[in-house]
Amino acid sequence: MSTKKVAIIASRGTLDWAYPPFILASTAGALGYDVKMFFTFYGLELIKRDLDLKFSSLGNPAVPMPFPVPTFAQSLPGVQKLMAAALKQKIKKKNVASIETLRQLCLEAGVELIGCQMTIDLFDYQRSDFMDDVTIGGAATFLAYAADTDINLFI
Amino acid sequence: MTTHEKLDVRGQLCPIPVIRTQNKVKTLASGDTLEIICTDPGALNDIPAWCEVHGHRLIDAKQAHNEIVITIEVVR
Repeated sequence: MSTKKVAIIASRGTLDWAYPPFILASTAGALGYDVKMFFTFYGLELIKRDLDLKFSSLGNPAVPMPFPVPTFAQSLPGVQKLMAAALKQKIKKKNVASIETLRQLCLEAGVELIGCQMTIDLFDYQRSDFMDDVTIGGAATFLAYAADTDINLFI
Repeated sequence: MTTHEKLDVRGQLCPIPVIRTQNKVKTLASGDTLEIICTDPGALNDIPAWCEVHGHRLIDAKQAHNEIVITIEVVR
């Protein structure tokens, strides 16, 4: 049986959306699958050397609240910061692995992390903003691999 | 000669129990058994699924109170 291959595009850069790609990639690594992740647009936040992931309940109506909070109240100054702090607290309290940990587990499992060159140019990022372990590549780098995979996800 | 080892992943949530199991099993030989003690109910499905992919044998999976004990045999 040949090794199964997984390709994941991570396009979101907030704390909540950082979880699905890293959980799936690290687990696929544990299953012995060959995994490559392509980080594009806001997904690039996930491979920054120093993570500073934000979170917002605005435009995110499924965020569970301890009590109903009208949207206008959620947009008041400081409220989003509180929500982000509450989520971080909850992650810690429930003992959910941090994004730093999951990212490290991915690297240990041999998952290849690829940053999108075009987005780096678009947002004037520097190579030094990103982890040493990431590869920088473009659409062709990803597609050449993705064309021959068993699982392909866009997150 | 085979060994029987234990892995304590109580309090850990998905995907950590599976990843720690994988890392532990890497150090074991064919025929060795591993007892995984955890509290994440998701592991009751996840670890057997992981076993199936790798071809390891699931010996037992039971839940008592809030603890889950899954025993597997390493097959290579």
